[in-house]
Amino acid sequence: MRQPLLRLDGLTKAYPGVLANDDISFEIGTGQMHALLGENGAGKSTLVKMIYGLVKPDRGTMTLRGADYAPAQPSEARRNGVAMVFQHFSLFDALDVAENVALGMENPPPLRDLARRIREVSTAYGLPLDPNRLVGDLSAGERQRVEIVRCLLQEPKLLIMDEPTSVLTPQEVEVLFRTLRQLAQEGTAILYISHKLDEIRALCDEATILRGGRKVATCDPREKSARELAELMVGQVLTPPERPAKPKGAALLQVTNLSLTSNNPFGTSLKNISFTLHAGEVLGIAGVAGNGQDELLLVLSGEVPTGADQVQLKGTPIGHLGPNARRKRGLVAAPEERLGHAAAPDMSLTENALLSGAQRKRLARSGFINWNATDRFAREIIAKFDVRTPGPNVLARALSGGNLQKFVIGREIELAPDVIVVNQPTWGVDAAAASFIRQALLDMANRGAGVVVISQDLDELLELADSFAALNEGRMTPVRPAKGLSVDEIGLMMGGAHDMTPAHGVNA
Amino acid sequence: MILGSINPAVLMAALMVAATPILLAAIGELVVEKAGVLNLGVEGMMIMGACLGFIVAVNTGSPVLGFVGAACAGMALSLLFALLTQALMTNQVASGLALTLFGLGLTALLGQRYVGITPPRTPKLDLGPLSEIPFLGRALFSHDIVVYLTIALVAAVWWFLNYSRAGMILRAVGENHDAAHALGYHVRRVRVFAIMFGGACAGLGGAYLSLIRVPQWTEGMTVGAGWIALALVVFASWRPWRALAGAYLFGGVVVLQLNLQAAGVKIPVEYLSMSPYLITIFVLVLISSGKARGSLNAPGSLNRPFHASD
Repeated sequence: MRQPLLRLDGLTKAYPGVLANDDISFEIGTGQMHALLGENGAGKSTLVKMIYGLVKPDRGTMTLRGADYAPAQPSEARRNGVAMVFQHFSLFDALDVAENVALGMENPPPLRDLARRIREVSTAYGLPLDPNRLVGDLSAGERQRVEIVRCLLQEPKLLIMDEPTSVLTPQEVEVLFRTLRQLAQEGTAILYISHKLDEIRALCDEATILRGGRKVATCDPREKSARELAELMVGQVLTPPERPAKPKGAALLQVTNLSLTSNNPFGTSLKNISFTLHAGEVLGIAGVAGNGQDELLLVLSGEVPTGADQVQLKGTPIGHLGPNARRKRGLVAAPEERLGHAAAPDMSLTENALLSGAQRKRLARSGFINWNATDRFAREIIAKFDVRTPGPNVLARALSGGNLQKFVIGREIELAPDVIVVNQPTWGVDAAAASFIRQALLDMANRGAGVVVISQDLDELLELADSFAALNEGRMTPVRPAKGLSVDEIGLMMGGAHDMTPAHGVNA
Repeated sequence: MILGSINPAVLMAALMVAATPILLAAIGELVVEKAGVLNLGVEGMMIMGACLGFIVAVNTGSPVLGFVGAACAGMALSLLFALLTQALMTNQVASGLALTLFGLGLTALLGQRYVGITPPRTPKLDLGPLSEIPFLGRALFSHDIVVYLTIALVAAVWWFLNYSRAGMILRAVGENHDAAHALGYHVRRVRVFAIMFGGACAGLGGAYLSLIRVPQWTEGMTVGAGWIALALVVFASWRPWRALAGAYLFGGVVVLQLNLQAAGVKIPVEYLSMSPYLITIFVLVLISSGKARGSLNAPGSLNRPFHASD
């Protein structure tokens, strides 16, 4: 047994109405990769905030390298060799890389020396970075590098990573894992928070699982199956979504020769897309991020109008109609970005329910809002989709990502549409909520609706889809039946025929 | 030839004097906004400085003490704003507007007995041989010390924001207060200090009006200088040297149109009076609209209330 680096002993923290952490104890060894697993709201964030000095525990003690450890603020934690990479990056867009790094350090050297050290450290760990670039111009993966390099420059003994891979491409994840393994070999302990079970099984030596603020187990994740881990996390037996085989129904949604020049300079233009969606069918659309997924959703939802005939719903041309008119006719959509696109962050859940439900649920008549009915509608969504919130009057931004996603998808499903289009329906959502959302989508298809799922998660698509297509640089492959597709074939579809070289993770 | 009656050296000298109060207020507000706070009370803090600075100077006979008093008065009013917006979490726009109205009303009351009095004279800074230089001596080296200190203050703020660690933290707080908080910086403390600095600067700007530029106390004598300072900050894209250029441009047009009025140009006086505002805004819009760069420079957390979640 390696010597424990950090020992937590009976940590407890209560917020009004919630016991966020209840008597949590475990140890992290030197150079150990320790996973912290749990659903949204299981208390992971509160626990690491206590270790990082952002939150004071009500009860319980921590011991770091044999000495008492009770950081009053993050700078004290950093002095003790504890560093943290945040889930939502704690970066400043208008400042350059070196300035961002300096802000996270206790005693930063002059900026010129710092720039040199950033170059050294970032090459040593395979995370190339230019210290003079503005952070606002960087990609998500590069931004994470800034955070990691900022931590590494302080030579931490314990590195806390809060859901680091949720924004990365598979290639970037690989680079990250290589870096983390190198760090662990050098003796840095890593506390890795995630709910991606495969990642944890590939990376970590030990896992502590939280549920409802309590520790339920500490185990070796490599000895458990992903399913066992998931069931420990959720506390119930998970059933994979099921769907009976059915014959195809009538054509619901027809897209014909759709081309669209994106007016966003960083966007992708759609090129000549055609497909047909039938009643009871789930069409999965795969692709690496930025290959036209967002643009396709905008065109289908009606936010970007096209020629009338290019999008047809049940034989009626709707390409020229806006989102409300399409909703009325039975086509609804849930975009990827929850805050600010699918939901208005500073409005309550009731108000958000009204925004997309007004037509189909008749919540507003001759300009007057029926608040009672709207409130009922919001409560219905909350109850049916297990949205964890104190009530429908809570602001959308106050909900955790997974809960808000359940609300947003639930809202559209409750409208009982003929066709629903979703983009990344389970992005950043924990296992239990994800399987719930997938089942809800399948249930819709079983009731005879058409479902379009745009996703970057191949497992999700294979689980859901009856038919399968891929987007590549704005072009869509022909739709093929999902049954019998091999992973190799899918890879070819996603890559497009002209792009067969293996992807490189690092662009130096 | 009408324009012939205008002496460029005198014009230049007058321009610097006319620009100084606005520049002082603007540079203070620039720091406040860089910290992510929008204080619309600049006008109120300026008039407080003008009034209190005047009262102190008249009663003590010392312009220096007058300026100190003005800075304190502006700071006191800004602390009220800080209390409202940072501790009691009120809306920044509404609080700032209230501050302006409050300042105008309070000074009308306080200054009642001081109307028509002449304040103690602030001496010109003796720069020896420099002021003997033809043209430049008259234009640049014949001013009171406040004019030069204001330019030094612009340089100091520029250096502070770009090259000091404290300035970097201030920008970080204004750019993304949640991230700054997560890294363990004291968002509120930084903002309160910035607001106080802004108040002191606005107070000094006001005192420059009542003690040097006019020099006299009249009710509501700032006549919108605080608002011009606010506009200047935005159109200068939150850059100190651009704020200086903008203030001098504004001062220049003010002085020029006054000279044109005196020279009897055949343009209605109303058009001449509004010209400084129009021209300043027009030029600064031209500068800041280049590839929409200007708006990109706005502090990310400007006018967003900060609640520490834990």
